[in-house]
Amino acid sequence: MGWKFSDDTPIYLQIIEEVKTDIVSGKYKTGDKLPAVRDLAYDAGVNPNTVQRAYAELERQGLVQSERTSGRFVSIDDEKIEELRKDLSDFYIRELFRRLRDLGMDDKKIRDVLSKWRDE
Amino acid sequence: METLVCNGLSKTYGTVKALDHVDLKLEEGKIIGLLGPNGSGKTTLIKLASRLLVPSEGNVTICGLEPGPETKAMVSYLPDRNYLPDWMRTKDLVKMYQDFYGDFDVERAQEMLNSLGIDYDMPLKKMSKGTKEKVQLILTMSRHAKLYLLDEPIAGVDPAARDYILKTIISNYDETATVLISTHLIADVENILDEAIFLKEGKVVLHQNVDELRDTTGKSVDEYFREVFKC
Repeated sequence: MGWKFSDDTPIYLQIIEEVKTDIVSGKYKTGDKLPAVRDLAYDAGVNPNTVQRAYAELERQGLVQSERTSGRFVSIDDEKIEELRKDLSDFYIRELFRRLRDLGMDDKKIRDVLSKWRDE
Repeated sequence: METLVCNGLSKTYGTVKALDHVDLKLEEGKIIGLLGPNGSGKTTLIKLASRLLVPSEGNVTICGLEPGPETKAMVSYLPDRNYLPDWMRTKDLVKMYQDFYGDFDVERAQEMLNSLGIDYDMPLKKMSKGTKEKVQLILTMSRHAKLYLLDEPIAGVDPAARDYILKTIISNYDETATVLISTHLIADVENILDEAIFLKEGKVVLHQNVDELRDTTGKSVDEYFREVFKC
């Protein structure tokens, strides 16, 4: 039902990451309205309180602003988008290195396969 | 505010302790999973809350009141078996709910029945199991209740019908209501839960927010359940 979630992380954190990715990729731009809590809960197949919690955290991080009657809007400048992009990419790169090291590859080997992969 | 409170709630059948000194507080605005293997006391707890059973010891209150006519008006209960006469047609059922419950929202029920293309003239006994479950859930969720007690709402229906049922639950309860869902199909329901209660041999062995549970254990509720109840 709805979105796919991984088992080992709280769902609200996974929703936050999803929204951040949408902001970085340009799907959501400054001034865009986020879906209403109920609508997103329905689409994702999760509890509305979980979405509420994710939105509150996005607000706390200053990526989203809520207007009392009309909903929540993305509010972010280019500098901050860049920062967010770096955060997310750092996370993926760390994850990539962790997994490749788990396979027994050293950093030189990882660099080699990465550049080879890019060239292909 | 607390919708359902149990204090030392116990129920004994002969020598079998179905529920053993259960203390619980369920808050409003939450969807809570009542999870446990067969025979762990889930249905007994729900029946005590709906006054189909009386406690052997301890007590249970709903919005501060002992179960009785007043609480029945606030509690919308979906039993784990077909409880409606099977000759009744959908339109008879809607009429009956309208007559019985002052908080029944007939427009809401009709909207959902129409969106599923349910035939109002079809009697329950002619419906497939999935359709029957959906109709009963629609009737249950169309009441503006304070507490919804759903006993195994998704057992025995196909995955698409499960999704429909879960989405119906999410979109129909309001922030002042509490939904208690008993099930052993944890993987299917866990994403819509705020809290999980694990019942083991009549005792509460866990009552926790599900995101916290994932955070502290690094596991889904389903995985953690399998660990706790390993045979």
